[in-house]
Amino acid sequence: MKFAVIVFPGSNCDVDMYHAVIDELGEEAEYVWHDETNLDRFDAILLPGGFSFGDYLRTGAIARFSPVMNEVVKAAELGKPVLGVCNGFQILLEAGLLPGAMRRNDSLKFICRPVLLEVKNSNTMFTNQYAPGEIIEIPIAHGEGNYYCDETTLAKLKANNQIVFTYHNENPNGSIENIAGIMNKQGNVLGMMPHPERAVANLLGSHDGLKLFQSIVNQWRESHAIKA
Amino acid sequence: MYKVKVYVTLKESVLDPQGTAVKKSLRMMGYDDVNDVRIGKYMELTIGETADQLDAMIEEICSKLLANPVIEDYRYEIEECVPQ
Repeated sequence: MKFAVIVFPGSNCDVDMYHAVIDELGEEAEYVWHDETNLDRFDAILLPGGFSFGDYLRTGAIARFSPVMNEVVKAAELGKPVLGVCNGFQILLEAGLLPGAMRRNDSLKFICRPVLLEVKNSNTMFTNQYAPGEIIEIPIAHGEGNYYCDETTLAKLKANNQIVFTYHNENPNGSIENIAGIMNKQGNVLGMMPHPERAVANLLGSHDGLKLFQSIVNQWRESHAIKA
Repeated sequence: MYKVKVYVTLKESVLDPQGTAVKKSLRMMGYDDVNDVRIGKYMELTIGETADQLDAMIEEICSKLLANPVIEDYRYEIEECVPQ
C-alpha cells in the first residue's frame, strides 16, 4: 500500500508521518510537494501537522488553495483514505472536506503533551483495529485545536457516528463535545488534532497510534482481496 | 484605484478567548465599564480600477479566503484612491 505524505511550506510533522509508515507500518510512502497535480499513484493521502504558510490569516486557510488540494479532493471523492493530523485537520476543515472550524485553545496556550482519547467509533477504516470505547494515549501539540461547529452540524456528526475520537477525562482546548477527531459522512476522510504518528513505538512513549495506520492497511487489503 | 478596507470578526455566537482575556485585563486595570471585547482582523486591499464588478469580486475574496464563514463575519468599505 502506498501513502502520500503531502508537504506544504511550513509542514513539520512530515518526517514523523513518513517514519511511521516506512519503519513502523512497513508500507510504502513518498513525500509529495504541495504543487503536485497528480496523486493517482497513491492508495492513501496523509496531511501532516505543522504550520503551513506560517498559519498566516487562519490555520490551513492558505494551504487549502495549494494545487495538490484539488487532487486531495479528487482522492477523497474516489473513496481513498485521507488522514489529516493537527494542521492537516485544520486544512481539511478550511477545504470543506470536513465540517466546522478551529478556534484558538480556550486557554490561549500552545499545549504539547500526551492526552487520553476515547475511540468513539471503532467501525471505520481508520479505527477497525481498536476495541469499541478503547482508551488510548496519543500526544497533542497545538494552539488552535478548539473545534467548533453549529448545533445542526453537531447533530449530524452524532447521528452519522462521525465523531471518531474524543478527549477522555479532560478537555485540553475547549472543543465542543470534547471532540478530538471527526470523519466525513462517507467515512474515508478523518481529521484529528492528536498525533498518532508520534505514538507508533514504545520508544516514543506510546504505540497506541500504530493501530490507526494498521486499520487503514487492514481495510485496504480486505477491499482489494474482495476485488481480486 | 480603489482601497478596500476589510473587517473580519468572529460571529456573535462564537466565543472569543482572546477578547475575553483582554476584557479581564482591562477590568483589572480598573475599566469596570468595559462589558465586552471582541478581537478581529483589519485588512487593506489595493485594487486596480479596471476591476469590474468590484463588489462581487470582493464578496468572493472575503468568503473564499479572508474570512471563514463557519465562525467569522466580514464587512468592507470601498474608497477611491489616487496611486502614489
